[in-house]
Amino acid sequence: MNQENVPQDNSSTYAKMKKTIYAKNSDGKMQGISSSGWQVEETVTRQALDDIEEHIKEAWEKVKSGEKSTLYYYMYKQKMDLTLLSQATGFFQWTIKRDFEPKRFAKIKQNRLEEYCDVLGITIDDIKELPNG
Amino acid sequence: MAEFKHTHHAHCESGVISSMLSYHGLKISEPMVFGISNALNFAYIPFVKIGGMPLVAYRSLPKSIVKNIKNNLKIEMKLETFSSQKKGEDRLDELLDEGKIVGAQGSMYWLEYVPDELSFHFNAHNFLIYANEEEKYLISDPVFQDAVKCSKKSLSKSRFSKGAMAPKGLLYYPINVPKEIDLKPIIAKNIKKLAKNMLKTPVPIAGLKGLRYLAKSILKLKNKDKKYAKLFLGNIVRMQEEIGTGGAGFRFMYASFLQEASELFNDNIVLSDASKMMLEVGDEYREFALTIAKSIKSKKDIDFQSISDMLKNIADNEAKVYKRLLEFKA
Repeated sequence: MNQENVPQDNSSTYAKMKKTIYAKNSDGKMQGISSSGWQVEETVTRQALDDIEEHIKEAWEKVKSGEKSTLYYYMYKQKMDLTLLSQATGFFQWTIKRDFEPKRFAKIKQNRLEEYCDVLGITIDDIKELPNG
Repeated sequence: MAEFKHTHHAHCESGVISSMLSYHGLKISEPMVFGISNALNFAYIPFVKIGGMPLVAYRSLPKSIVKNIKNNLKIEMKLETFSSQKKGEDRLDELLDEGKIVGAQGSMYWLEYVPDELSFHFNAHNFLIYANEEEKYLISDPVFQDAVKCSKKSLSKSRFSKGAMAPKGLLYYPINVPKEIDLKPIIAKNIKKLAKNMLKTPVPIAGLKGLRYLAKSILKLKNKDKKYAKLFLGNIVRMQEEIGTGGAGFRFMYASFLQEASELFNDNIVLSDASKMMLEVGDEYREFALTIAKSIKSKKDIDFQSISDMLKNIADNEAKVYKRLLEFKA
C-alpha cells in the first residue's frame, strides 16, 4: 500500500483516535502513517458492537420478564459471555448457569456474589438491580 | 537519563519494546523489533472461542515479543508478576521512584482512557508506565496517538484482571541495554526461522496450513445460519485489521522490517524483493477484507466460494515470499 492510499475515513469506531499503518512513502520507503479510520474496519467493528448491544437488550428483557437473574444482564452489559465469566471467576459454567435462575440467585452466598462483582467491576448493590430500560 | 518521549506505534507489544529500548539508547524501530522477535505468524484455532468466534491470530503468542527480544538480543530483562494486588502496586511505585520506565501488561477493558468502541476483554494489552504525577500514572500506550493518564484504581483493575492470559500485574524493564548490537546475525537467523515455520509447521492450524484450513472452513459457512456466517467473516477481518496490526495482519509491518533488513545487508536484493512481495500480499489481505465487508453489508447471498478462493490465493502468494526468503544468504 502506498502512503496516499492509507484510508482516512474518520471512522466512528475509532472514537476520534488514529492508528498507525505501515505504508510506502513517495521515496519507496515504508513508514508508519496515521490513519483516521477505514470503512471496512468500521463495518466489522460496528457489527461486533451491535452484536453485543443485541445480547444486552435480549438479556434485559429476559431479566425483566423474570426468566433470568440480574447476573445474566450484567454479564452481557460488561461485554462478557459465559466463557469469559467462567474463566474470570474460576467458576464452572454449569454453576454460573444455575446462578442465572432468579430463585437461586436470590439465595447466593455472599463470597460468590463478591467474586462476580469483582470480575464484573460493579457493586453488590448494583448487581441485584436491573436498571430502567 | 533523557526525558521519555511517547511514540505512536502500530502494535502494543512491539511498540513498547521499541520505545523502551530506544529510551535506553538502543535505537530500534517497531518493525525491527517485530521481525527479530519472530512475531509474524498465522493461527486459526476453531476450538478456542473468543466472544463465541473461533480464535484467528496473525502473530505469535502474547508476551513472545518480550521474551524473544530478551533472548535474541541477550538483554537482561526483569519480568515480575505478583501474588497480590497490593504488592504489585507498591512495586510499580518503587520502580517509578527509581526513575525507571516500566512495561506492563493489562486488560484493555479496564483502562479508563480506552474509549468504549475499542474496549474489549483482552488481557494481553501492553503499555509503558513512565511517571506518577498528582495521583495519576502517566502512560505511553503505543497504539494511542498521545501519552495518556490513568488513575491507580483503573490501572490496578487492568493489571490484575482475571481470566485467560491473566496479566498477574506483570511489569518488565531492562537492567542493561547495550548501545549497539550487531543485528545482522539475529535478522538472518529469524528470517530463516520464520520462513520455515510458515511453510512447514506440522500442525494444520498454524502457519500457511492454518490459513488454508481457514479458507476451507469459510466454504462450510454455506450450511450455517447467515448471521453466524457474517459474524464469522467479520471476526476474521477484525483480527486482521483492528487489533493494532499496522494493517493487513502485520504483513505491512513485516514488509517494512524486510526493507530495513535489506538496507543493513547493503541493499540485499533477496530481502528487498521479499519486502515488495510481502507488501503486495498485504494489499491482497486488504482486498479480502473489503470483499468481506461488502458481503456483510449486502442483503444478497454471500459468495463463500470466491471469498475462500481469495484466501487460498493469498496463502499461495505468501508462500512465495517465504520461499524467496529461504534463498537469503547473509
